[in-house]
Order: sequence, then structure tokens, then C-alpha cells
Amino acid sequence: MSSRLSGNEAVAYAMKQINPDVMGAFPITPSTEIPEYFAAYVANGEVNTEYVAVESEHSSMSVCIAAQAAGARAVSATSSCGLALMYELLYVAASCRLPITLACVNRALSGPININHDYSDSMGARDSGWIQIYAENNQEAYDNIIMAMPIGETPSVRLPVMTCMDGFITSHAVENIELLETDAVRKFIGEYNPEHYLLKKENPLAVGPYDVSAYYMEHKVQEAEAMKAAKSRILEVAAEFEKISGRRYGLFEEYRMEDAQLALVLIGSTAGTAKAAIDKLREDGVKAGLVKIRVFRPFPGEELARALAGTKAVAVMDKSEGFSANGGPLFAETCSALYNLKERPYLINIVYGLGGRDVRTEDIEKVFGRLADIAVTGETHPAYTHMGQRSREEETV
Amino acid sequence: MSTVYNLKREVEKPIRLTGGHRLCAGCSTGVVVSGVLRALDREDRAVVVNATSCLQVSTFMYPYTAYMDSYIHSAFENSAATCSGVEAAYNALKRRGKVEGTVKFITFAGDGGTYDIGFQSLSGAMERGHDMVYVCYDNEAYMNTGIQRSSSTPRFARTTTTPVGSVGQGKKQNKKDLTEILVAHNIPYVAQTAPIGNFRDLHSKSYKAIYTEGPCFLNVLSPCPRGWDYPMAMLAEIIKLAVDTCVWPLYEVEEGVWRLSYMPKKKLPVEDFLRPQGRFRHMFRQGNEWMIEEAQSYVDQKWERLLEHSGA
Ligand SMILES: Cc1ncc(C[n+]2csc(CCOP(=O)(O)OP(=O)(O)O)c2C)c(N)n1
Ligand code: SF4
Ligand SMILES: [Mg+2]
Repeated sequence: MSSRLSGNEAVAYAMKQINPDVMGAFPITPSTEIPEYFAAYVANGEVNTEYVAVESEHSSMSVCIAAQAAGARAVSATSSCGLALMYELLYVAASCRLPITLACVNRALSGPININHDYSDSMGARDSGWIQIYAENNQEAYDNIIMAMPIGETPSVRLPVMTCMDGFITSHAVENIELLETDAVRKFIGEYNPEHYLLKKENPLAVGPYDVSAYYMEHKVQEAEAMKAAKSRILEVAAEFEKISGRRYGLFEEYRMEDAQLALVLIGSTAGTAKAAIDKLREDGVKAGLVKIRVFRPFPGEELARALAGTKAVAVMDKSEGFSANGGPLFAETCSALYNLKERPYLINIVYGLGGRDVRTEDIEKVFGRLADIAVTGETHPAYTHMGQRSREEETV
Repeated sequence: MSTVYNLKREVEKPIRLTGGHRLCAGCSTGVVVSGVLRALDREDRAVVVNATSCLQVSTFMYPYTAYMDSYIHSAFENSAATCSGVEAAYNALKRRGKVEGTVKFITFAGDGGTYDIGFQSLSGAMERGHDMVYVCYDNEAYMNTGIQRSSSTPRFARTTTTPVGSVGQGKKQNKKDLTEILVAHNIPYVAQTAPIGNFRDLHSKSYKAIYTEGPCFLNVLSPCPRGWDYPMAMLAEIIKLAVDTCVWPLYEVEEGVWRLSYMPKKKLPVEDFLRPQGRFRHMFRQGNEWMIEEAQSYVDQKWERLLEHSGA
């Protein structure tokens, strides 16, 4: 069925269809509407979820960890400072192998405080052991939530899943989307029947040990293996999902990449802008293409290397600053993914859009202009720049 | 529970915290935890929640758990929220017919995990009204990290972050009165207790806390021979002195009604409690008499207030 929903409402609606056992709820712009919509579902008896309106995001993640360990399905939603406040517990959730679902509505991190979109929040959590799946638009935000549990709960994975969408751009914009029937969603998700859980009568369970050097490393390696296993599971679930929805998902989306010589790698809603720019450039005969990363954790390194192997120059566009003095997080991942190729494209990094700074098709065209020069000259210096600043000087992008 | 407490009968129940944990010899914490868990009816299950602390690292070191019941530790500052998450899951799964039987939810955290870093989490969980028991085992410092001050550390006590030197004289501030703060949460049951004598006080308060619906809080004095620096065989005596000097009065507040649980026959001077403990040794140096006087007047003041509240 078709509907017109904002990204937040689409995610809340997906959660309603799932009817999770427990929700940890705490407001923060721009994700606040998710727990608000959900509270209304609870108030109207449309779900029978235990809705725990906690006193902080720290507690909402703590509630989710405990509830999931107890044998329940737990969900939450947050943004920015809220995710940062959860930081310690994100690692606890992943290391306890608890497949919690968290909707992260991306927003810049303080300080200074800013409520608009970039990925500094979820990028800060990229090494916490959570699967991270990013949406370009409302439809993807809805679909990703529905795929989260079948991915995270599978025994070879058992990891928490963070589905991310762009704050305001996706969370607040209303778009036409296709919703699945609730029965179809429930059937797709199935019952949650973990093997071990705190409330299991026959076999008490202890969770969260003091783990000494003699065991800790094995546990971390198991976690790493789970993250590797997640890659094929994500594709399996996507294939199943296509059967019920007709919508196809991969680890990333390739746009006009078949013969592309110049390419962008980026995440999220900017893909829409980039696609428009690429269509225009293609009309002028520029062999431009795009790889939109959907799954950032596990990072699809080998697949990305294959996708970019035939290109001459690539700009990785990071919508978060990593303060590494060596480029943003997506750039670092892409570089290391490409390193072992015999022939690699030239690679540059453009950090853009911080704190909600706009990016337009002209900006994207400029980036392709620079890539065209690099393809000819091989000159990548400076390889790491910031685009769209207020400076009056001509920018290198 | 039969109305007459009988320790012999109580200890015949199957144990819920096994021996072989790694708490120090002479540590009161194991006594407190066993004492609280013993109050559970035989047929009832519990999920034990624990904050990072001496207790946590000593009772669940991979791959051995000392608990017969299910147990979860997540972090230092979130044990109350963790307990509320387990309780929420229980409510949800019960509603959906996925768990049966009675399960009780009991959290153990140290004073650091309660008075300080876990205070917000505790206050939130109490306000939300989860059906749970929160037990603070109060040893008056961060023992697991090597005896640092907490807001529960009493004034003048020496810790590694309130050392005694040519200028410093131990902790400058008085102990935070957490029990009263919990009373101000207007929850059904708050009590201050200690593993004293035949454990009747600890037992009956634990029983009430576990079987009263809603959030209940127990503050249990839990001496630490290492941090307090007294000979470990003195545990029972130290507790008795804390109670008889009125440094740690035993009382409960049930639905807003204060009740004194124990009136010392003879209120002993505070210095009787202070003297055996190395952490207060400097208070007995010449020229420091004022410290003992101030400690005494603080205890007297608090005691008078408690008598007023409880109408004793
Ligand atoms: C966020 C965080 N900060 C600090 C620590 C280090 N830490 C672990 S236990 C502890 C002290 C515990 O003190 P308390 O709660 O009083 O329990 P005790 O060990 O005294 O029984 C500290 C500081 C931690 N684990 N997590
Ligand atoms: S340091 Fe103190 S509280 Fe910790 S186990 Fe030893 S005696 Fe107990
Ligand atoms: Mg302590």
C-alpha cells in the first residue's frame, strides 16, 4: 500500500508493524518523533510493547541491553548527543551479542551544538561492533528497519543493528512510500526465540562477565567473525525482502558504474543529488558514476574494490570530519579496500555538508571536474579538502 | 514466610550465591548478598543485576558464575536501568505468554555505583516505578579500584584520593544521606540495614523489599576490611559498633511511615567506632580532638532528626 510519510513516521510505523517487546524512549532532535509516534500506538492499544520512557539515552540503551538479554526484542531511536551518551553501552550490547535494533537519525555532534545532518554521530560509533545500514530516503529507512531483526538475530551474527537516516533531510521530509502489510512484516520477522536468555526457566544464564586475558581475545575474535558473517546474511535477507517487496538491496548501490571512469563514493541522501548531477554529466559525455554505500558495517571492502577497479579517479565524499588530519572515515575505509588492487584509481577525499551545510548538483559537478583533471594529470594534491565553506577564496574540491 | 524468623531454617534453603567466589577473606559483601537472596521464597526465581564493583569482578569471572539464578552485569553506572530493562522484558513476555512463574529482580551495586555514577539511573528507575529491589552495599569508597573516596565516604576518612598529609586530613565533606534521598522518591519501601547479629534485620527488610510491589531500596552497611583498615576477624564487631554508636542507624520507611528498627540500649561514643579503623587513625593524633568532636556532633544531629521522623 502507498502512503505519504516522513522518514520518522515511516520508521515508527515499521516498529509498530513489528510490535517489539520493549522500547527504550528518550527525545532528541531529529529522532524525537519516533518515540512520540510510538507512544501514540501504545496509548491507542495498537501495540502491546513495554514502553520505557527513561531519563537518558544512557538508560534507554541500558534498558534495551537488559531486555534483549532477558529474551525480549528491544528497539530504540536516537541522534547525535544521545548516541554519544550511549557510547560505552554500544560496545556492551555488541559484545553481549544482543541483536537490538536502533534507529539512528543522523545529526551533527556537539560542539558547538547543531541539530542538522551529518554523520559524526554514527561514524563515532563505527567501531563499536554494531551493524550499520544507511538509508538514502524514506522508503529505504522503512525497509531497513524491517530487515534489521532478521539480520541481527540470526545465530551466526547475533549483533545489534543500527539503521541510519539523514536527520531532517530524510527524517522530516514527507515522501510517497510503499508500506508492506503488517501480516507480511510479522511473517518476515518471525518470532524471536533466542537459545539462551535470562528469563528462561530451565537454564539460568549469566551475562556480562569480568573477562580475563585468557578468554577476552577469543570473545573479540568471535565478535569479529560474526561481523564478517553479517555480510552474507545481509544479502540473504535482502533477497528474501525483495520477494515480499519487489525492492532490491545490496551492500551498496551502483549508479551508472558499468563504464564509469570518474566516480563518487558517498552515503545517504546526497546520493539523490549526485544522481541528478551524474545524469547531466552523462548527457555531456562524461563517464560519471556513483557508489552509494548502504552497509558501512560490515564494510564491503572487496566488493567496493571490484566496483571501483575500472575507474580512473574517485572522490570519496565524507559527511563527517574524522580529525585524523588524513581524511574522513569513509575515505580511510575506501583507501584500504582499494590498496591491494593491482591497478587502482586515483583517490581523493572531500569532506562536505558538516552540520547540515547544503550540497547542490553544481557542487557535485565541480567534484567531477576535479576528477576529470586528476584522471589526466595524476595530480591528487591536496587529497583531502573541505567543500562548501564560507571562504571567499576559490576552493579546491 | 512464617512470621517468626529462624536463622537455622533460613540457612537450610538452597544457597543462591555459592562459595568459591573471589571476594577478599573477611569481606562483608558476600554475607550481604547471600543474606538478601536468602529472603527469596524457595520456589521463586530471581534475576540478579550487578553494577561493576568488587562484587561483580569477584562473583562472575568468566567462565564461572557464583549465582544459581540468572545474572546480568552491563556497566558501572547503569544497574538500575538494567534492572528496569529486565523487568520490562518480563512484563512484555508475560503478557505474551512467553514466561511463567514468579521472577524477582534484585540489583546489587556498591556505593560508588549508587551514590555517585549510578545515581541518575537509580533515581530514574525508582521514579518510573519498576517492580524491583535495589540494594546498595555501602562500603563507603570505590574499593574495586583501590579505595578512592565516594560521596558516601564519611568525613575525615582516609582514602587514596583523600589522603592524610601535612595539610590534608582525609575527606573534607560529610557523607551524602542517600537513604533519605530515596525516601524523598516516595517509593513504597526504603530501609537502612546491616548484616548484624542473626541477620534478622537484613532478612526481614530484604523480604519486605522483595515482596512489596514497586520499587524498593535497601542501603546496607558493608564493611571492607581492606579499605577501612581493620583486622578482618572484627567484621561483626565493627557492624555492631556502627549501629550502637548510631553512625549507621537501622530504620525503614514504609509507605512514607518512618520506623526505627533498633534503639541501642546505650548509645556509644562515635570514637568507639572510629578507633579500630586505620582510615580514621589521624583523628586520634594530638591536636585533632576537634575532628572527633565534629564527627560526634554530626552523628548526634542526624540521630536526633531520625528520632523525630520516626517518633521514637
Ligand atoms: C564508567 C566507569 N568509570 C569507572 C570505572 C572503574 N570502576 C570500576 S568499579 C569502580 C568502583 C566501584 O566502587 P563501588 O561502586 O563503591 O563498589 P566497590 O568496588 O566499592 O564494592 C570504579 C571506579 C568503570 N568500570 N566504569
Ligand atoms: S576490597 Fe573490600 S569490598 Fe572489595 S572484596 Fe576486598 S574486602 Fe570486599
Ligand atoms: Mg564501594
